Amino acid sequence: MTIIDFVFINAPALLVAIPLFAAFLCPVIGKISSMVRNLWVMGMMLVTAAVAFILAYRVLATGPVLYVFGAAAANLAIPLDSGGIPIRIIFTVDAMSAFMDIICAIVGISVLLYSLSSESRNSSLEGYYTLFFLMIAGVFGMVSTGDFFNFFVFLEILSLASAGMIAYRIDGGLAVEAALKYFILSTLGAIFVLFAIGIYYGQYNALNIAMIAQRMQFTMLDKIALVLLVAALAMKCGAVPLHFWTPDAYSMAPSSVTAFLVVASQASLYGLFRVVFTIYNITMNCVTVGWVIIIFGVLSMVVGVTMAIPQKDIKRLMAYHAVSQTGYMLLGVGVGLAVLGNTTLTSAFGFMAMEGGIFHIFNHAMYKGLLFLTAGAIFYRIGTRDLNKMGGLGHTMKYTMIFFMIGALAIAGIPPFNGFASKLMIYESVYLFNPLLAIIAMVVSILTLASFVKVFHSVFMGPKLPEYADVKEAPLPMLIGMGILAAIVILFGLFPQPVVDILVAPAAHALADQGGYIASVLGGA
Amino acid sequence: MDLIAPLLTGYGLWAPVAWLVAFVAAVIIVYLLWKTGESSYKKGTQLERPYLSGNVEPEKGAVHIRASNLYWGFLQALKGYYDVLVPVHTGILSDYLIWFVAVTALVLVIVGVLS
Repeated sequence: MTIIDFVFINAPALLVAIPLFAAFLCPVIGKISSMVRNLWVMGMMLVTAAVAFILAYRVLATGPVLYVFGAAAANLAIPLDSGGIPIRIIFTVDAMSAFMDIICAIVGISVLLYSLSSESRNSSLEGYYTLFFLMIAGVFGMVSTGDFFNFFVFLEILSLASAGMIAYRIDGGLAVEAALKYFILSTLGAIFVLFAIGIYYGQYNALNIAMIAQRMQFTMLDKIALVLLVAALAMKCGAVPLHFWTPDAYSMAPSSVTAFLVVASQASLYGLFRVVFTIYNITMNCVTVGWVIIIFGVLSMVVGVTMAIPQKDIKRLMAYHAVSQTGYMLLGVGVGLAVLGNTTLTSAFGFMAMEGGIFHIFNHAMYKGLLFLTAGAIFYRIGTRDLNKMGGLGHTMKYTMIFFMIGALAIAGIPPFNGFASKLMIYESVYLFNPLLAIIAMVVSILTLASFVKVFHSVFMGPKLPEYADVKEAPLPMLIGMGILAAIVILFGLFPQPVVDILVAPAAHALADQGGYIASVLGGA
Repeated sequence: MDLIAPLLTGYGLWAPVAWLVAFVAAVIIVYLLWKTGESSYKKGTQLERPYLSGNVEPEKGAVHIRASNLYWGFLQALKGYYDVLVPVHTGILSDYLIWFVAVTALVLVIVGVLS
């Protein structure tokens, strides 16, 4: 067996094993020198990303990939003596999981490259990179696992590592306070998830997602489990009115971390979609649950953007916009869920709404990550996040300004950037479902543009201020990190249909096709 | 795979490459119009100094409109809305927890009763 064959066969396990290996060895390697440590973390990130791309390619080319831990082959998912229950931990990587893997890999590379400069002036970088790789492992694990208890474990790894990263700068105790809020809310959310898993296990004797889905009866207990999971994962992805931790955590974390926290939140969004589509699907009342998600989406869009406008802290403002953009994803996928039981409506607009929502996950990770990185570059050079103290930076930070413009135009849904493509899909499909929802979504985009015009003017426009006379452009690694995301924002905006055909439509199909998911595991595919 | 295929939205389509071509054509026309303008501007001369009706130019920091001065009218027009919304964001952890539990209970009632 060549090393390529080994990677190809074991990619799902390596996706989690490599970042864990990188994380735990980082403190040791950091003792050698900072240069060796930087080479180590960058090398490990590139290897992890390569594995993620290989796995995604395999999934998109051949269908769902099953990886059974402790078994010689994937077709041994159900041991002969287990009573028909898949008792081993199984990773089930379908097109939706592959879609999330690609997002995590791209943002991971950009953020790590950026961090090499942005965090270079800080101490305890071994701890920083260890926690960063634990976050990477947490996200990859959450989106790849087919075992619900395993999902909980990776959710906890991600939450603990994220809390550590939010508190990383301490910042007079403010960052620690933000991390504490995130940590306690996450713990309560995790208890909800664990309680729901207990309900499933008590009823169905199974922890495997496919097995639970196959046996789902939608009893009262299942309804309670559904609500606990929806509430916990909606809170983790920052949906209004469970969003309160996001401005605190996003603003106090280092900007590189904030860019990755966006992906972490999206992993919870993935979990939410996995629960409602793969576990419950049409066994539940899709209209009711769909509307619950739509209402979360509309509230997130409106409250997020209106709370962003009066903000004076650039990262807090962007955090509220992250909440607002999550609303678009919830709206699109919520509409797809609401009409899931109706084949005519699903084919008329429901599936397109789902595709729009899923495409927006990708686009949001790119442009919001980019915007947080530009905010970090500004903070790196002038040492403040206060918009009232900024001005005239366009004279000296030209590349950062261009990257900011690309991100701002994309988030506002201005053509030809990627945000426009996914928002157009959401507007048009949601309009057919309920015109008022589409109008709200468009108004929110206009307000988003208005908000970013304010930021652009406050930060970059105006005369060169005396206090920032010596300010220089951001360092090259930070510019490259931003440049990668900016290039994707432009490319995905200019060529959206191939992206939809190759990545988004298969992901939406995988999410909606409960029978296919169950068959891929229990059929031993 | 058709790289420049327009995005099909199920209701219409969006052709970003065609849009880009039209945008570039418009930029070229604007540039040509601009080139026909006055060309006597000289960098680094008096022409670069702002003219404020004969008044002395204020300090650079004083002429920049800061973030808090923007959208004042918008915020005033929606004062009633913001008077409710902003205080809800208390920053107090116990409030966050109450919201979390209360929303969970509300969703449980909705899902329990309606489905």
